[in-house]
Amino acid sequence: MSSIAGTKSGLTWAVQISVVALVALWLFPTVGLFVSSFRTADQISSSGWWASMLPSERNETLRTANPDTQVREDGLWVIRGNLFEADREATISTWGTSSRDIAAYKPGDTADMGEDGRLTVQADGDYLLVNETEFSGRRGERVFVTATSPPEFTLDNYRDMLFDPSNREGMTRAFFNTLTVVIPATIIPIVIAAFAAYALAWMRFPGRALLIAAVVALLVVPLQLALIPLLKLHLAVGIGKGYLGVWLAHTGFGLPLAIYLLRNYMVGLPRDIIENARVDGATDFQIFVKIILPLSFPALASFAIFQFLWTWNDLLVAMVFLIDATGETTVMTKQIVELLGTRGGNWEILATAAFVSIAVPLAVFFALQRYLVRGLLAGSVK
Amino acid sequence: MNPALQGLITIIVGVGGCIGYFYLSNQFLDKVLFPARGRHIGRNINRANMIRPWLFLFPAIFALGLYLGYPVIETLRLSLTDRSLDGAFVGLDNYAQMASEPKFWEAMRNNMLWLIVVPAVATAFGLLAAQLTDRIAWGNVAKSFIFMPMAISFVGAAVIFKLIYDTRPANQDQIGVLNAVWLMFEGGPGSFLFLRLLPAAIVLCFALLMAYVVYLALKPLIRRETGQARASWWAVPLRLTAGLVAVWLIWLSLGSVHSVMTAEFAYGAPQTWLTLPFWNSLFLMVVLVWIQTGFAMVILSAALRGIPEETIEAAILDGANPFQIFFKIKVPQIMGTIVVVWTTITLVVLKVFDIVFAMTNGQWETQVLANYMYDKLFRANDWGVGSASAIVIMVLVLPILVWNVYNARKEMN
Repeated sequence: MSSIAGTKSGLTWAVQISVVALVALWLFPTVGLFVSSFRTADQISSSGWWASMLPSERNETLRTANPDTQVREDGLWVIRGNLFEADREATISTWGTSSRDIAAYKPGDTADMGEDGRLTVQADGDYLLVNETEFSGRRGERVFVTATSPPEFTLDNYRDMLFDPSNREGMTRAFFNTLTVVIPATIIPIVIAAFAAYALAWMRFPGRALLIAAVVALLVVPLQLALIPLLKLHLAVGIGKGYLGVWLAHTGFGLPLAIYLLRNYMVGLPRDIIENARVDGATDFQIFVKIILPLSFPALASFAIFQFLWTWNDLLVAMVFLIDATGETTVMTKQIVELLGTRGGNWEILATAAFVSIAVPLAVFFALQRYLVRGLLAGSVK
Repeated sequence: MNPALQGLITIIVGVGGCIGYFYLSNQFLDKVLFPARGRHIGRNINRANMIRPWLFLFPAIFALGLYLGYPVIETLRLSLTDRSLDGAFVGLDNYAQMASEPKFWEAMRNNMLWLIVVPAVATAFGLLAAQLTDRIAWGNVAKSFIFMPMAISFVGAAVIFKLIYDTRPANQDQIGVLNAVWLMFEGGPGSFLFLRLLPAAIVLCFALLMAYVVYLALKPLIRRETGQARASWWAVPLRLTAGLVAVWLIWLSLGSVHSVMTAEFAYGAPQTWLTLPFWNSLFLMVVLVWIQTGFAMVILSAALRGIPEETIEAAILDGANPFQIFFKIKVPQIMGTIVVVWTTITLVVLKVFDIVFAMTNGQWETQVLANYMYDKLFRANDWGVGSASAIVIMVLVLPILVWNVYNARKEMN
């Protein structure tokens, strides 16, 4: 429409910049979590994730090697080595030997510690500790350094949370439990709803309008009302807490939207095709299976995505109908809530766990967004 | 049994059972009960066709009745009985007990705040995003990023935002964005601009919008134009209520403008955002706004595209500027869709549970009805009061339910 309006270029630029800002604002939270899930616990707690792209400067307390590694050279006792761990790259900008003055020396300087010897530290962490008398004691000399490390990312968090069988807080079991809940809970309501939607769209019978109104009404009934009565019912008939219960519950709660979406779509299918088929002697069952169902694929896909996202992301229904006292059947959302409680400050665990659970819906979202949008429009725009 | 195997069997039994049921019952109807042959062929076909819809509908009606219809009645019954007295009828005692609990009123107050803020802000942002992205070449990419949070679970979003709200002691680097930004304010002119003027301006805009709503709602009551169709009997009270609510909201917004301009801010000290009463509720609402804006944007963008070009061209020929085109031509034409978006988000807000449960669990005065209900049902094991609060949620949903059904029926006729 901007072309018709002959919009001035100044305004177009303002629009472009606003959209960039809006998108950045909306992406920023997710990106933060994503980046954090690739950082170590130390990195996360020492600097904000936005700083992780740049080299970071940190104050650290390191130690020289302990005195048993000393060697005798030219009449002096010498300890040499590197302050940093084996595969770490960092650059020292200042260092000191006392906690009161941690920036006393520059790389290459030599600190005279009196009877403790003379220490020289290079920028890359190499040090040389020299003394006339033999070093004693069991631990090395403390060195306070200010070091700049290059950005560093790790896959360890994902290895711990997904592929470490000994990790009781891992997400593997919860991941498969969620999958077990989601697949039947997505497929079964589609089958039931498709038949009902066909009847409501293409068959004439008394009470049809009333039924459609009832479906519209049930669409908004809060599922909170259903928790206690249904849990009582499940316990009374012996289903108890478990997969069967949660499948049934998700089926029941998903049906109104399924029927509503599918009926709205089926009503819009061309009347001629269906009537021609009737004239040719097809039964309703045949019309449904051979004509309506294939033509309704977009609507079926829309609902399937909705139901998938909703069941995958659900917490309440799973807590009430599925997860029993043993916690064997915990789903990912519940696992994350528990980690939030017990590991509130361990962001490397939380971020990784959350991202494991978010990844699948995000993939589905980006792959099948078209159908999701179509379903949303059919469901709400009238 | 292995749950995955159990799941596979359930899919096969469920899907196979459904299809088998539909096929066999249709066969039974056509071949055995009312065969399309013999002396009564015509009558039989008619009868079979009368019964068939119910065969198609039966599983759905059964499941809907059992999983949504029955619970409404049963919850209503439970809210009138006491579990500890073996389910004896106690009248409205549960409601009285609930009304005497400060936590319940806290939940009600917060829910009302959620109901005002989240739909308004999400719809406004959605409209803004829809209008802006429709005008640029890479609009679809931008849309899909803004829409993306829809796929993220409330629990995942809670983790994401807890990281943003994280607090470290004052002498350490902040790892939460909000505190990092907060520490950049020191009380100078920048702080005045961003922490006082900007919020005040936003709230004032909202107040002006509400004033416009009052005007729209009351105009027909004061000056009845001739030739207008007679309004329904309920239009007058509805308009009065809407007007009163809007006036009340204006009053609230003016009050908050005053407090924003005069409040003392703790500059330079990292805040534990989720423990600051009142503000923490707003921080929780941000999460839901973040999720729902994409939904509002998608629907409103489709509506904006559906506006007839001629109306806009006519406005341009008449010399309207882009803002006039947007507010005077486009917005009135998509008012119906805005209402649909608003009510849909309202429904989500009424049921909001996961966010509060995962982030604060109702502590520090952030309780909402759904979480209060969960507390009562599964922690206190008080089914009476829990059911009563579920009924309160149902009652709050009821106006939207009636409105939806009314619209659906109007459209079908």
